[in-house]
Amino acid sequence: MSTGRLTLSGRTGKGPRRRRQSRTLLLFLLPAVVIYGVFLAVPAVAALAMSLTDWEGVAGGDPSFVGLSNFGGLATDGIFRQTFSNNVKFTLFVLVAQTVVSLLLALLLVKNTRVNVFYRVLYFFPTIISSVSVALAWILMYDPNIGALNILLERAGLGGLQRSWLGDRGTAIFSLAFVQFWQHTGQVMIIFIAGLQAIPKELYEAARVEGANRWQTFRYVTWPLLAPAAAIVVAYTTIQSFRAFDLVIALTDGGPSYATEILSTWIYHVAFRDNNFGYASAGAVVFMVILGLLTALQFRVLRVDR
Amino acid sequence: MLRAIPRQIALILFALLILGPLSVVFFATLKTTQELYGEPLALPATPDLGNYARLFESENMIVYFLNSVVVTLGSVFLILLCGSLAAYAISRMGGWVAASLFAFFVAGLLIAPQVYMVPLYTIVDALGLVDSLLGIILVSVAFQIPVCVMILTGFMRGLPRDLLDAAFVDGATEWTTFRRIVLPLTRPALATVATFSFVITWNDLLFPLLFLRTDVNKTLPLALLEFRGQYLTDYPLLFSGVIVATIPIVIAYVFLQKYFIEGMTAGSVKG
Repeated sequence: MSTGRLTLSGRTGKGPRRRRQSRTLLLFLLPAVVIYGVFLAVPAVAALAMSLTDWEGVAGGDPSFVGLSNFGGLATDGIFRQTFSNNVKFTLFVLVAQTVVSLLLALLLVKNTRVNVFYRVLYFFPTIISSVSVALAWILMYDPNIGALNILLERAGLGGLQRSWLGDRGTAIFSLAFVQFWQHTGQVMIIFIAGLQAIPKELYEAARVEGANRWQTFRYVTWPLLAPAAAIVVAYTTIQSFRAFDLVIALTDGGPSYATEILSTWIYHVAFRDNNFGYASAGAVVFMVILGLLTALQFRVLRVDR
Repeated sequence: MLRAIPRQIALILFALLILGPLSVVFFATLKTTQELYGEPLALPATPDLGNYARLFESENMIVYFLNSVVVTLGSVFLILLCGSLAAYAISRMGGWVAASLFAFFVAGLLIAPQVYMVPLYTIVDALGLVDSLLGIILVSVAFQIPVCVMILTGFMRGLPRDLLDAAFVDGATEWTTFRRIVLPLTRPALATVATFSFVITWNDLLFPLLFLRTDVNKTLPLALLEFRGQYLTDYPLLFSGVIVATIPIVIAYVFLQKYFIEGMTAGSVKG
């Protein structure tokens, strides 16, 4: 009983004192409940209600109930559909690139040597810089005239590939996705390293005794035991790239002509630029449902695979 | 060890990919605009800090910087206070009450700010907190409470019970026990939460973009976003701003990498 849970029920004490103590505990909860309730829980629930109105924001008139017509509007809205498809492209690119590269780096850096720790700290670094600063840095890298990317392509004799990376409607969304990959691969790598280090060493011993080669060891020991870490990585990367906001606002603000608008920036633009709060909230509800489904689905798939 | 060579190449290539953009940006701030356009990738011929001087002359950099400091310190302090009090209460309460409170807070992890930003705006507006740093602090704290409560509750539940029982037998109140026994023992988890909160708040654009209006209230990321439009033809000045905004976090990272990596990873896995 020395390290049991710290519960009131587990203690002996006189009635009145216990009651006074639990009143103290309620006071302890108060600040967190108030701040979290007012500035997160209430607005989150209100978003659902707002999606059923035509409210135009504080400056406009009173909201009136319009049922599901906002959702009908979304289904036929060309810009919303493009936004959705941009979001899919962005997320898929980041998901594939980030998962593959971070796993590879994690396999290379799994041992805690001094050099490896140095590489990890370096690779992790972009994660802690603000996305606005990262976006501005890549505006310079992607600059059509003085950007490093076009200059290096020319020097490598690949001048034909030069383009305006953020201005070209076809490539802009992938240019953005690459920046997201650049910023967060080191962070995901750390999750994989933790997963790899949790695999018992005896299993590798056993595999070696059995005469397994490197690929077999990876396929039959590392990979199955890495599944929990992989599930976290895939779910986290997807959710994080759906939530990307600062980066897109600072790099392109959704342009050129909606080529890089994703769901999170669409909600912001419709609400605060077009003043259509009701319609934006309908988009927000769709966004919330997609994120919820994706999270549930991924955990399911990855667990079945185990 | 033939494998060692491809391994080294892969590691060095990725290091260059990370360092390349960072150094291009840094060196750009030491060049004149003509120099940057003439020799974009070359090292600065005569590095000078003129761009930084120009930046501090022409912009309210010190004000933006102080605003970021106020918002960040305020948020970190308040999140540690509210979060540790709530986590203590939950870990002491047990039963279905504690379980539902925990679920109530942790449910917030599933909700992106973009989902609730529209109603949030009307609430902040109704409370008269638009364009105030206090408003930004409260909204950021609410956003970070789920991760904070999750980490701290988990940690406090694992503390040895004997210590607390001894305190209560000696007649200590909940407050004394919290303050004198639980908080000191929770220090490692508090450090993780503080680091996570520091990075998230210092870097955040969304909440300042939604709520801050006047120039003297702007935080660094919001100011940088406006420089972007203003100085698109004056890259050296623009990137001097980037460097100034990034320095505090770099300095903290050099000394506290361990906490950064733990904090950001705990926040990511759980958020």
